[in-house]
Amino acid sequence: MTTQDNRISIWSIGSNLSTGMEDGFEGDPQLLCEHKHDGDVLDLQFLDQDRIVTASSTGAVTIFRHHQNSQTISVSQLWARAHRYPCDNAPCTGVVCSSPEIVTVGEDGRIVVFRADQEGVVRVIENADSSTIHAVTYLRTTEILTVNSIGQLKLWDFRQQSNSPSQILSLSGDRVPLHCVDRHPNQQHIVATGGQDGMLCVWDVRQGNTPFSLMEAHTAEMWEVHFHPTNPDHLFTCSEDGSLLHWETSSHSDMPSFLQGGRNSSMVSRSAMAPAGGKQPLISAWLSGDSSKGRLETTHMLPSQTLSVNSLDVLGPCLVCGTDGEAIFVNRQVPV
Amino acid sequence: MEEVDVEPTITNIPAISDGKHMGFAWGPGDILVYETRYKASGASGSGCSFIHEIRKDEDIYSPILRKLFNESHHIFVGLQTIREDLPSKSKKPQFVSISKNYRSVIRACMEELQQVAVSTKNTELATQCGNQVSILLAIELIWNLCEVLFIDAAPAGSLLLHLLDWVRLHKADVDEKAREVLQSESPAEHRDYWDVVVSYVLQGRLEEVRQMLVKQANLQPAARSMYKQMDTLLSKMPFYNPGGTQTLTEFDVKWRHWHEEVDRCLQDNSFASNRHLELICKILLGDEDTLLDHKELLGTWYHFLVTRLLFCHPTVKLTELHYYAQSCMTMFLDSRSVPEPLDNILLAAFEFDIHQVIKECSIALNNWWFVAHLTDLLDHCKLLQSHNLHFGSNLREFLLLEYASGLFTHHSLWQLAVDYFDHCPEFGRVYLELQIERVPLETERKALKVLRVCEQRQMSEQVRSICKIMAMRALRNNRLGSALSWSIRAKDAAFATLISERFLQDYCAKGTFSDLDLIDNLGPAMLLSDRLTFLGKYREFHKLYGEKRFREAAKLLLSLMTAKIAPQSFWMTLLTDALPLLEQKEVIFTADQTYELMFCLEELTSSLNITASSTDRPMQEEDVEVTKVELLRLALARNLAQAIVKEGTVEI
Repeated sequence: MTTQDNRISIWSIGSNLSTGMEDGFEGDPQLLCEHKHDGDVLDLQFLDQDRIVTASSTGAVTIFRHHQNSQTISVSQLWARAHRYPCDNAPCTGVVCSSPEIVTVGEDGRIVVFRADQEGVVRVIENADSSTIHAVTYLRTTEILTVNSIGQLKLWDFRQQSNSPSQILSLSGDRVPLHCVDRHPNQQHIVATGGQDGMLCVWDVRQGNTPFSLMEAHTAEMWEVHFHPTNPDHLFTCSEDGSLLHWETSSHSDMPSFLQGGRNSSMVSRSAMAPAGGKQPLISAWLSGDSSKGRLETTHMLPSQTLSVNSLDVLGPCLVCGTDGEAIFVNRQVPV
Repeated sequence: MEEVDVEPTITNIPAISDGKHMGFAWGPGDILVYETRYKASGASGSGCSFIHEIRKDEDIYSPILRKLFNESHHIFVGLQTIREDLPSKSKKPQFVSISKNYRSVIRACMEELQQVAVSTKNTELATQCGNQVSILLAIELIWNLCEVLFIDAAPAGSLLLHLLDWVRLHKADVDEKAREVLQSESPAEHRDYWDVVVSYVLQGRLEEVRQMLVKQANLQPAARSMYKQMDTLLSKMPFYNPGGTQTLTEFDVKWRHWHEEVDRCLQDNSFASNRHLELICKILLGDEDTLLDHKELLGTWYHFLVTRLLFCHPTVKLTELHYYAQSCMTMFLDSRSVPEPLDNILLAAFEFDIHQVIKECSIALNNWWFVAHLTDLLDHCKLLQSHNLHFGSNLREFLLLEYASGLFTHHSLWQLAVDYFDHCPEFGRVYLELQIERVPLETERKALKVLRVCEQRQMSEQVRSICKIMAMRALRNNRLGSALSWSIRAKDAAFATLISERFLQDYCAKGTFSDLDLIDNLGPAMLLSDRLTFLGKYREFHKLYGEKRFREAAKLLLSLMTAKIAPQSFWMTLLTDALPLLEQKEVIFTADQTYELMFCLEELTSSLNITASSTDRPMQEEDVEVTKVELLRLALARNLAQAIVKEGTVEI
């Protein structure tokens, strides 16, 4: 009944090198091309240079191809009812790719594996979860992690034929729904999740089934968490409460001096358990539960109070996020 | 009931044939209309089976105007947070800057619409954009005037300067023409040259006039002295400097001197030989007839007004404006032409009738955006007297509520409306409570956002209602885990009980538990409802049994019955589960425990006997039940015997 004209659009934010500019914001992003999208885009990821996969609220998974020469977008492949109920649509809530493999999860509690350029479904884990799966990420090439709305982090191994997870981790205490998950780029056992109560949890999937540290990050749902891909001492989270936080951890005791702008606040991390095995020099700063060993700095990245920040992404010195106020913020000089 | 101000507009619905009766229903932002079969006389005819939706406000669906709504929301929220207790002197510049922010947002939208109107090949879209541009132009014009007169409310001297700025801002065609003239080969001989010069004079841009005249002077060396004289006159015209040391009286005196000097030049016939220069001289004196001769260059009556004030009465005060405004409008518009709505609005503004301005704007525009934001700003400036409407709330709140209600019908802009309702102290909350429950919830994420809005405002009833909707939907799709997570959020014990019943039913039907990942990991949520607790504990019993920890399993099983956690309907199943434990070689249940089990069995059978006689159940079922009970009795008796013996044995 409602006339929704959702679109997927590609924008250009100018050249990467911005010499001589103090402010991170220079010039408006330019719209290059766009294409109609059926349903809300709940998740989005680049499959490769030219192709983008989207997860739709209609339960469809679509691959769009960006033609660089003509600056157009076209639909390359569509799986219309990847996620569904017997007599209704089920939104597809998360997508992650490792070309050519695509893994999607949805409100119907299924995990579906596709291959780009292949018509059918490669593998389906039916009834993977009795509640909604909110996000998915790769742990290793054959293992994925999912988070659901009863606060569980589940590890799935695709080498196994069974339809049950190889490991389930959860917080003791209230079953707070988890909304996002991301894995440390270099150390594959470190995983960060964000939940409905705005708590940021850092887990070590090798040890135990409870998170390593919990940090009060936001006052409302945390929608996305991302480690910086090349500089993983930096973490970014965005939330329904309208803030985008930049977390920086350092193993040294002196505070990094190049943090500019925004508001600084030192957050103390409360660790759920002490690091095992004493002081190992190579332990990741994220897992050092003791605040005296490592320092955690957080900075608000957005200039003022906004409506919910729904999504963010970071690459190099560039950070982009989108809000419910229908605005996109681009910061080209993130101090990483 | 008050009289209507204007005749209501009639909208024809093309699909409904003439003469048919229509039925209708109001919606939040639209009307649903359908054809009925009713006929005034004769047999009822056949009806068409369509339902038509009629919407008044198309603007909220315009992709470019959406930016207007989003940006102005941001400004609105910022305005509400200005502290009340600051002295008005420091607040005024803030209000002026906020007003300027609103206007720059309008301008940005206008520019974008203009670009689309020019570049698109779709004629319908072009006309639509063009219309929206002219509406926005009018809105910005009105807003700017309101800012000058009401918000900034400058004293005499500065007031005229602001009015001049206002006129100049809205007469962009002069600069276009001037550019054309100046870019030509010989500007002074261009046919529009004198039009440009006169237009500049009318706008009081005397520097530009002097620059233009130089070009003419170079062409006519013979008349050089005359041009020099004009140039001197123009350069000596005093303009009030608000930041300077000169008082208003001093300025007035200086201005009169200058005025007299110009008059003398005219009387002396200094410019008699050049009709253009003489014309300029007359304009400088503010001669009405001369000004009215140049209606096309002035364009509008308010330009005429400002020009006249500039050259007759530059020290005009706010309170004196309305005398001039009315007379100027009458003089400018000849008797045949009717004043347009825009003219009436501007006149009302000059007459300081704020309510009239708002009223006329509400009628003329189809969207409440403008009047709502302007009224809110004026209210903050304490310019609106409390005007009691028949509906109880004040004008500001009424308009904001109307605007926000319109926004709420939009699938995405409803989030903006929430903030508007928050700042309507009297009825905002009620409106929000009613509207928020009707936001369509297609995805869980949207439901979560709606819930967050409700929870932040302690709207517990709405939270319960929304969670129940989502939980029912999940249950219908057999997503028991989702359903449970929704009932936990709403702390809805009744629903949690319902879900547990489903699980237990599934178990009884299939013999195994579905969704073990959920039941095994209930955590503290288990305590939400008794039934849920039972479910969790029952599953634990099964786990203990599977791990062969029979003693603990037995103890748990018993406690489920004695502590009354298990519903009586389930006791039979539990007792049947006890059978294998009773049949084990090793004695598991102690004598005391066995007595308790027997007690439970008796309790169960006695209650069943009472009900069994009244219901007619098939013979086979009754037989099975009777057999089960007998088996249990036997097993219990045997166990009791063994237990007594075992406990009575003393190891020597």
